[in-house]
Amino acid sequence: MSDRVYAKDAGWKDMVAGGYIPQAGNAEEYSVAGWRIVHPVRDDDACIDCLFCWVYCPDNAVYVENESVIGLGFDLEHCKGCGICAAVCPKDCIKMEEGSMPAEDE
Amino acid sequence: MGVRQPLEGNNAVAEAMRQINPDVVAAYPITPSTEIVQTFAKFVADGLVDTNFVAVESEHSAMSACTAAAAAGGRVMNVTSANGLALMWEILYITASLRQPVVLTVVNRALSGNINIHCDHSDAMGARDAGWLQLFGEDAQEAYDNLFQAVAIAEREDVRLPVMSCLDGFLVSHSYELVEVEDDDALRDWVGPYKPRMPLLDINNPYTMGPLDLWDYYIEHKRSQWDAYPDAKQAVIEEGQRFGETFGRSYGLMECVELDDAELVVMAMGSTAGTCKDVVADLREQGVKAGLLKLRCFRPFPAPEIVEVLKGAKALAVLDRAASFGAATAPLFSETVSALYSHGVHAPALNIIYGLGGREIRPEDIVGVFDDLKAIAKSGQPSDPVKWIGVRE
Ligand code: SF4
Ligand code: SF4
Repeated sequence: MSDRVYAKDAGWKDMVAGGYIPQAGNAEEYSVAGWRIVHPVRDDDACIDCLFCWVYCPDNAVYVENESVIGLGFDLEHCKGCGICAAVCPKDCIKMEEGSMPAEDE
Repeated sequence: MGVRQPLEGNNAVAEAMRQINPDVVAAYPITPSTEIVQTFAKFVADGLVDTNFVAVESEHSAMSACTAAAAAGGRVMNVTSANGLALMWEILYITASLRQPVVLTVVNRALSGNINIHCDHSDAMGARDAGWLQLFGEDAQEAYDNLFQAVAIAEREDVRLPVMSCLDGFLVSHSYELVEVEDDDALRDWVGPYKPRMPLLDINNPYTMGPLDLWDYYIEHKRSQWDAYPDAKQAVIEEGQRFGETFGRSYGLMECVELDDAELVVMAMGSTAGTCKDVVADLREQGVKAGLLKLRCFRPFPAPEIVEVLKGAKALAVLDRAASFGAATAPLFSETVSALYSHGVHAPALNIIYGLGGREIRPEDIVGVFDDLKAIAKSGQPSDPVKWIGVRE
């Protein structure tokens, strides 16, 4: 993660003219967790690692390593809670649960 | 040394564009500015400029391409009128917000409907909140001179904002005048090379332009943009003086005609100011203390400067060649009176709406406005501040 360009409380005189962010590719640092009203939860026992959820996620929020998603969960800073992963899962093993975060994190 | 040439306003602008030799022009023709695009395209075809001319499919695309080319680091120019400017509307805001110094010639024409190709200022007035600087030329010479200054102002490091250079459709764009055309090298020296700020093609220093910007920073960015315009106003003054030092024709935010002791003042933009000058001269010969404020720089709106020259007036008429439908008064009047009021000046003021869709305005019409001013200087603020002239009852 690179340093944030603007401090959270930066004033208007700190802004770069034109509203530029003088670095590239920093969307990763912008949490959109608050946009979500439901969040995905995977039943890792039922998952067959077909990777459909990973392919279809429009926000690149399905964690994958070595061609496997099992046990890795979701990037809940960037998942929008759209439910596409749950809809495309052939094993119905993703459930969209109430709330922006799993209960223990709230 | 300049050479005096008989040129139409449009040819004068095309000639200025040839001399500026921009990197990119992405344009879509529309009457009455078509001739500029056509003439400039010929310059490109004849190899007289190095410009990358992009023939786009609409004005929306034209301004999109221009904004992107400027973001990439190019010197970019464009030309349009009326509905073409309206179609650019979405992108105009982006060009200014991203602080891209694009220079756009607007040959002023009435907006539809009904369809009309003739002069009024409704197109430029519709774009007045977009964040562009707006200069209004009175004649072909000013349209020519303004374009070089527009580039210099836009590209200054303390400005970096887009500029519209406006001239009246047909009245200026299609009228022949003797125009002092300056030497190519002298002009190119005067404008100077362009040093882009943070160009996107600088791949070693990548950054993000135009990102999502919500409740957390957007208003700070807009507040910061607001602060750019006082500097831009100063740049308009300085580049106008600098132009005068080199070429002998100086410009400022406005032109004051007989304002020092004027009691009855008309205010106008564009070619009508020329008509007003003749009327003011005639009235002065008759002993009437008449004056004219020709506003050249509508954006940034020079409020304190206007107040300074109008504060002695006994009555003021602001001539708007545009209406703002549903508003109490038309744009130039609204802004002028707001400036006067907020500086504590309360002279009786009349808003004249005239000339829409190319309806002629004649010296006798202006004399009539001065007659109205004589009356309200005595009677005080009229109950209806708006008067339409040159319209059949
Ligand atoms: S809910 Fe939508 S955004 Fe979140 S992981 Fe599933 S597909 Fe991606
Ligand atoms: S779509 Fe369902 S089964 Fe396939 S990898 Fe994702 S969670 Fe597992």
